Amino acid sequence: MHILEEKIRQAMAEDRYAVIPFLTAGFPDRDAFWRALGELDSHGADIIEIGVPFSDPVADGPVVESASRQVLSDGITLASILEGLRLRKDYFKAGLVLMGYLNPFLQYGFDKLAQDAAEAGVSGVIIPDLPYEEAAPYREALKARGIALISLVGPNTSEERMKLYASVSEGYVYVISVLGTTGERSAVAPKVAEVVARARKCFDLPLAMGFGFSSPDQLGVLPESGQPDAVVFGSALVHFLRDGHSAEEFMQRWEGAKSRRIHKS
Amino acid sequence: MPKARALGECTKTAMNIKYYGDYGGCFVPEILMPPLLEVEKAMEEILPTEDFQNELNDLLHNYAGRETPLTFCPTLSKELGFNLWLKREDLVHTGAHKMNNTLGQALLAKRMGKKALLAETGAGQHGVATAAAAVRLGLKCTIFMGAEDVERQSMNVMRMRVFGADVHAVDNGTRTLKDAINDALRYWISNQDTTLYCFGTAAGPHPFPELVARFQSVIGTEARRQCLERFGCLPDAVVACVGGGSNAIGIFRGFLDDMSVRLIGVEAAGTGEPGSFNSAPLNMGTPGVLHGNRTMLLQTKDGQIEPSHSIAAGLDYPGVGPEHAYLRDVHRAMYGMVRDGRALEAFQRLSRSEGILPAMESSHALAWVFDHPDELPKGGNVVVNLSGRGDKDMDIVKKYLGHVYGFADEEKQEA
Repeated sequence: MHILEEKIRQAMAEDRYAVIPFLTAGFPDRDAFWRALGELDSHGADIIEIGVPFSDPVADGPVVESASRQVLSDGITLASILEGLRLRKDYFKAGLVLMGYLNPFLQYGFDKLAQDAAEAGVSGVIIPDLPYEEAAPYREALKARGIALISLVGPNTSEERMKLYASVSEGYVYVISVLGTTGERSAVAPKVAEVVARARKCFDLPLAMGFGFSSPDQLGVLPESGQPDAVVFGSALVHFLRDGHSAEEFMQRWEGAKSRRIHKS
Repeated sequence: MPKARALGECTKTAMNIKYYGDYGGCFVPEILMPPLLEVEKAMEEILPTEDFQNELNDLLHNYAGRETPLTFCPTLSKELGFNLWLKREDLVHTGAHKMNNTLGQALLAKRMGKKALLAETGAGQHGVATAAAAVRLGLKCTIFMGAEDVERQSMNVMRMRVFGADVHAVDNGTRTLKDAINDALRYWISNQDTTLYCFGTAAGPHPFPELVARFQSVIGTEARRQCLERFGCLPDAVVACVGGGSNAIGIFRGFLDDMSVRLIGVEAAGTGEPGSFNSAPLNMGTPGVLHGNRTMLLQTKDGQIEPSHSIAAGLDYPGVGPEHAYLRDVHRAMYGMVRDGRALEAFQRLSRSEGILPAMESSHALAWVFDHPDELPKGGNVVVNLSGRGDKDMDIVKKYLGHVYGFADEEKQEA
């Protein structure tokens, strides 16, 4: 079993949602980023997704896009992120995942990425602009170093396409809750439950749901069959830090959520 | 939100992506794959039908004004020492070749059961052509345009709004075409059920490079036949400006198999100062992935996309259609560069010699020809694709050349 799958299954065994914060590397600033990462890790994050900035983030909403632009102008690069992680290897309990668009990874070189990421303690990579049809060579290069390429599926992904992804995926599956970009939304669309149920039929892997979450209360409306195993929140955290709050405070919101997970029979 | 579309109407599961050598592809978020699969299916199953082709040809002929003439330039030919011919896409309805594609995609949208068109636009020509086609075919229309382009092409914004289009000025990033495409893609994610993204150039994710090239290939098909009719042989060279490259690929496709015909694309070199921004990724760029396709890009070594610059808003883009990157690699086409200032001079020269106002984009193709007469055969035939008319560029001309035309108070600006 891949280490990222293990992390989520461990949370499931404790009868709680696995908690997966996303934070753009170098945000709110270089030092505060590493401090925030430490706080997320010591306050219950099971997996942490680290955003690799790109100039043209088409799947992101305004909050993550502006964070991305800010850290790019501060000089944050994939190389500097990997170096920072390498220096802190084995410091984090949480599984570490890099999330970014294809081109910066491509220019770095996938074999080098796989090697350097593995040496920096990274277990997974998420690339929003890499659909099933294009992913194979990149997935293989990462897999050679034990790194999972995390698949994303959405409300408009058919059962047939989910099965294509299921045949090659490992770690966990990222279920996008809305047909839209990243960003907080006040309510979870009721149709989300259908997507989770469909993904449940197609994948044996844990399901992480993202795009829009800011509070655990939002999951309460979902029926049992529509419950994810893990929750990803990004824009809400970026927003929270931008307003001067700490990652620790943010994670406290999720303390209470841990026991609320609805039992799956 | 759509009901687990299950690709209901669209029975395809995986895409048959077309590549051009190492270039092309479909690098988009999974949530854009179902609408792209729909477009791919429509391209394969609806576009080739006789019924579709007949209706499109009728629109092109009776609404858009095709076929366009192949105009001989007597004055310039004498000066240059070879016969210069212009393929007059400036005479297509709304003023540029863009309409060939927008009528095709609008008709396709209609046959696919879509209610609306979405488009990005740089100079505004594609936006205007999309807005007009939408009206003609009873579709709604939403346009994304960089805020800087909105300022420098305000008349085109007016034209789009007069046609009833909803025009959004994009204030992100470079505030030009690149960021307009980002926002159009984001809009499409949320509106894919009702809307077809009428992509403006032969770039972007599969199937757009192929779809747009097919609709634009009418230029090359006509031009080849007209060459044979008018001067009894194939031309020695075909020259076209390249931003995304849709007018160029449109005319090149008519001559790809005629190896005696030199194909010359012309990129925008910007101001031409060392280290300055340009719009010439085929000459100055490196391979990478942007907006769904692998192609030549202006980018940093870390893979961040660099801003582009050209006096011609329609060329101002840091990428290029993947088929051009391929044609360059295999040496089927060559790609030159022209600076802003030379394009302005070419604009003046064609206007004064032949009574034709070329678009600032097309002026780049003309400038290359004017600057390289020795590379073209004496007494031969050269066809330049005059992709658009210059009426939209009068503000820019006044800004840079106002002193020439009696606006003495305007300070001369360095182009």
